[in-house]
Amino acid sequence: MPWLSILMGVPVVGALAVAAVPKGSDKLAKQLTLGVSLVVLVLTLAMAAQFDRSGARYQFSEVHDWIPSFGVHYAVAVDGIALVLIALAVVLVPIVVLASWHDADRPEAKRSVKTYFALILVLEAMMIGVFAATDVFLFYVFFEAMLIPMYFMIGSYGGAQRSYAAVKFLLYSLFGGLLMLVAVIALYAIAAKGTFLQPELLGAIKDPTTQKWLFLGFFIAFAVKAPVWPFHTWLPDAAAQAPAGAAVLLVGVLDKVGTYGMLRFCLELFPDAAKFFTPLILTLSVIGIVYGAIVAIGQTDMKRLIAYTSISHFGFITMGVFAMSADAGAGATLYMVNHGFSTGALFLLAGFLINRRGSQYIADYGGVQKVAPVLAGTFLVAGLSSLSLPGLSTFVSEFLVLIGTFENYVVPAVIALSGMVLAAVYILWMYQRMMGGPVQESVKALPDLNLREKFVVAPLIALLVVFGFFPKPLLDVVNPAVHQTLTTVHAPQFTPAIPVTAEKKGAGQ
Amino acid sequence: METAADFVQHSGGVIGASWLTIALPLLGAAILLLGGRRTDRWGHLLGVAMSLASFVVAVLVFFELLGFGADQRRRVVELYDFLPSGSLHVEMGLLLDPLSISFVLLITGVGSLIHIYSIGYMAHDPGRRRFFAYLNLFVAAMLLLVLADNYLGLYIGWEGVGLASYLLIGFWQHKPSAAAAAKKAFIVNRVGDMGLALGIFVVFTTFGTIAFNQVLPAAHGASEGTLTLIGLALLLGACGKSAQLPLQSWLLDAMEGPTPVSALIHAATMVTAGVYLVVRSGPIFEAAPTAQLVVTIVGVATLLAGAIIGTAKDDIKKALAGSTMSQIGYMMLAAGLGPVGYAFAIAHLIAHGFFKASMFLGAGSVMHAMNDEVDMRKFGGLASVMKITWITFGLGYLAIIGFPLLSGYWTKDGIIETAMEHNPILGWLAVIGAGITGFYMSRLFFMTFHGRRRWDADAHPHESPAVMTWPLIILSIGSVFGGGFLIVGNRFMEFLAPAVGRPEEMPSFHPFSLTGLVTLALVAVGVAYAWMRYGRSEVPAVAPRGSFLTTFARRDLYGDALNEALFMRPGQWLTRLAVFFDNRGVDGLVNGLAALVGGTSGRLRRIQTGYVRSYALSIFFGAALLVGAWFVVGNL
Repeated sequence: MPWLSILMGVPVVGALAVAAVPKGSDKLAKQLTLGVSLVVLVLTLAMAAQFDRSGARYQFSEVHDWIPSFGVHYAVAVDGIALVLIALAVVLVPIVVLASWHDADRPEAKRSVKTYFALILVLEAMMIGVFAATDVFLFYVFFEAMLIPMYFMIGSYGGAQRSYAAVKFLLYSLFGGLLMLVAVIALYAIAAKGTFLQPELLGAIKDPTTQKWLFLGFFIAFAVKAPVWPFHTWLPDAAAQAPAGAAVLLVGVLDKVGTYGMLRFCLELFPDAAKFFTPLILTLSVIGIVYGAIVAIGQTDMKRLIAYTSISHFGFITMGVFAMSADAGAGATLYMVNHGFSTGALFLLAGFLINRRGSQYIADYGGVQKVAPVLAGTFLVAGLSSLSLPGLSTFVSEFLVLIGTFENYVVPAVIALSGMVLAAVYILWMYQRMMGGPVQESVKALPDLNLREKFVVAPLIALLVVFGFFPKPLLDVVNPAVHQTLTTVHAPQFTPAIPVTAEKKGAGQ
Repeated sequence: METAADFVQHSGGVIGASWLTIALPLLGAAILLLGGRRTDRWGHLLGVAMSLASFVVAVLVFFELLGFGADQRRRVVELYDFLPSGSLHVEMGLLLDPLSISFVLLITGVGSLIHIYSIGYMAHDPGRRRFFAYLNLFVAAMLLLVLADNYLGLYIGWEGVGLASYLLIGFWQHKPSAAAAAKKAFIVNRVGDMGLALGIFVVFTTFGTIAFNQVLPAAHGASEGTLTLIGLALLLGACGKSAQLPLQSWLLDAMEGPTPVSALIHAATMVTAGVYLVVRSGPIFEAAPTAQLVVTIVGVATLLAGAIIGTAKDDIKKALAGSTMSQIGYMMLAAGLGPVGYAFAIAHLIAHGFFKASMFLGAGSVMHAMNDEVDMRKFGGLASVMKITWITFGLGYLAIIGFPLLSGYWTKDGIIETAMEHNPILGWLAVIGAGITGFYMSRLFFMTFHGRRRWDADAHPHESPAVMTWPLIILSIGSVFGGGFLIVGNRFMEFLAPAVGRPEEMPSFHPFSLTGLVTLALVAVGVAYAWMRYGRSEVPAVAPRGSFLTTFARRDLYGDALNEALFMRPGQWLTRLAVFFDNRGVDGLVNGLAALVGGTSGRLRRIQTGYVRSYALSIFFGAALLVGAWFVVGNL
């Protein structure tokens, strides 16, 4: 069964159907979108259930010629890493749809309500495609095409400075994309294998200098996307101006394409260059962790604050990707997933607050805990996941990234530890200012979460808690793929100084 | 020193079900938090029931553990495969041994009493259900901390109690001071947690595992430098959680929380977690003398600092908080002295759990009677109107100053004697600390219960209801007999030996040792001086200015000022600078570059909306064109 094509086809057909809904029946369009996204979720879970953890690396593989003369294929398949990222995307979409129920109704919106929801479904198909593509060219096409729906979601439905933000987002991404395009074509030409299939291109580029140039082409594109410091400045604008739901998909999923691309393409296609650039990238990552956190502390706008926390978190992910250890790699992959849930919850709750109060400035809130305890409580849990509190899944990934990095690179890991303290400062200070203290006049009548909003937040918190105590299902899927990636890179195996080799002592009674 | 007993895998029996001690209060917390207002009516009862049930399981576990021979009492119960990563593989399990079960009994026992007391204390608070939910959450996290059989499990519990502490200090979020204190506690603790995390990293890269039953027996094999590093990193964590110098500043502010919280979390249990960590990691510290030395220095410095702060506080809870710091300083000192010290450290910890909880709850009872007043200058003469509180508080007071034969006498004296043998400087400083304790605790006791009544006009003090006084009575019984029961005949020393190792020579008790006599004499001087100043003489309603030393003590030895100057101010500057730089520098540079390349004005903000869209689209189509062009060129 062509699982992945079906997964992409359903939302595309759904998008067409939503677009065809007659004017004036916005509710139908919304319900249809929610229904389609839930079908995709169920299909994905059905596919994931058939994924064989000990089987071949790439599963559900489909390869068809697309442009045979240039060796371009429609080739899709997933390994454990791609699978969990697709799962992240399809879990977030229905949640975002439900959360955005009234977001496109606002009079400032420049396009129709149904268009917004159709765009979400188009984006969903592309998000699945980009993680599933095993043909480098196909990946590039998805990588660029994803910009279009997101551009319109920000530019037509966003806040006051949406045009500025949308253009900035587009320009940065296009700049990165062009570099990558050059690298993609050069890779094809220099490898001279007559194909764009990623597995067949492994080890194809031997010359160290060529590797370095091509690596940079891909890496800068991914670094802008991720975003890695200092390519990050588009993100706070885009995230602050985008509607909350679009911000979740942007930061929660689209940006992960950058870090995923580093793992899948930068590391596997150019292992020597990756090792060469590792010190540089670890440095940028550590700067991003500390810098993003410090700038987050100084924000006065909660959506910008959340965006800067993500820059700090992306520092952890890229550090984990390039630490070249099994623990850090697994941690970075998990981090991509957990960060999606965590930031998703934060952005959506911030959106609920903004819808109620009409302001995204922290100073316009105060004492919300007293008037809307459920809203404040869930906001706190989402915040705690952002500061990686043990018991929530984000802790597992951050701990693995740190300990895995520490295995190979002591100094970056130790500096990154300070991110723990800074995260506590930016989250708890925001919570104190918005939720604590005396009740501000303007929030006195602030309603608590309604049923729809509870259905938005509950699954995210449930996922954070369940994977916080029981990360094994994710790790079991991710571990083999990370192991294979590291084998491709020839990363050394970790050996402790004084290995305690004996079985647990005193087995039996 | 003989090493501790081997670890035994265990399944079945009550010990096999010991996870219930954690699961029950966790379930309670979940029901109360998710149930919302529906559970308001009976929420507090559920909270108490879950805590008591946990205590019952703990007692059963304790007796089953006693049924095994001494060398069979380190039992590991595997729970589930928690973190199967590439190199790091953590299986979550519980370690039941004399050390952990001592903590479990203290936490669930004293914890249950404080739950019961809170029924009365929080009776009129609209958030009582939420309060009990957090208390249950705390008990669950604290039990995980002491029961986990690996450092990661300990760490999860460690930050879990930090969360509970945050939630409970900030329980009255609407008070800005409470919200700020909660945040401060969490952040300062996180500084310590960095150390704990680092310690775990080094343990893992050294031994390839973080399970106690694999790391601890192998510890002596690592180099001293590595072990010292691990020890110091763990100590940083311990300093945060246990409010030891230099991470002590949060504890005094933490008194913003409701008083039962101060009793349970910030006196009897959570703040002693640092002592647990050091004792649990004993084999690491024993092979790293430098780390041990630093532990003892931190302990002595904090026991003196806490005592000095205690002398100058007029807020009854803050004075007690200073004394908590000081008493944990004693425990920390002992924990740095190896196996003899471990037993005294834990014995003092248990005794302290009783007498300090008794006094904190007593302070709560006084506040309950005095319209939540905490200023001792407005108390006085309360002995006659609240007899039970007076007696139970008095017994706790006598226990903490080391009145002969009461709990603190045995346990603190053991610590002082051991320290004296080990290093006379540390020993004499600990003796001086005991003298100051005699003074400041007497000051507190006399100012509150004796002398002239200095009450506000609207104060009508009365004894607290039975649901509050019974816990006080039970705790005060512990304050009287607990220490003697543990220390006499080395009972606790023998009990703990399988877990922490048996000292070469069991300590023998000399009732009339020089150290003991000097300590008693100094305490007597402290009590007498306090009686002259605060019992017999008039206590002024407004605190006199006092010398610079008084100010020094009142300002918490300038701990906050130091933090502010060293971290907060520079941090604020750095933040402002970074935000400015990010808006103007990085972003400006890129915008400028774009302007240069694009030849536009560069002020994207000013561009007309419609124009922007077409501009962007044209770029996009331009890019698409370029794609095609490159593609063709690439194939030529």
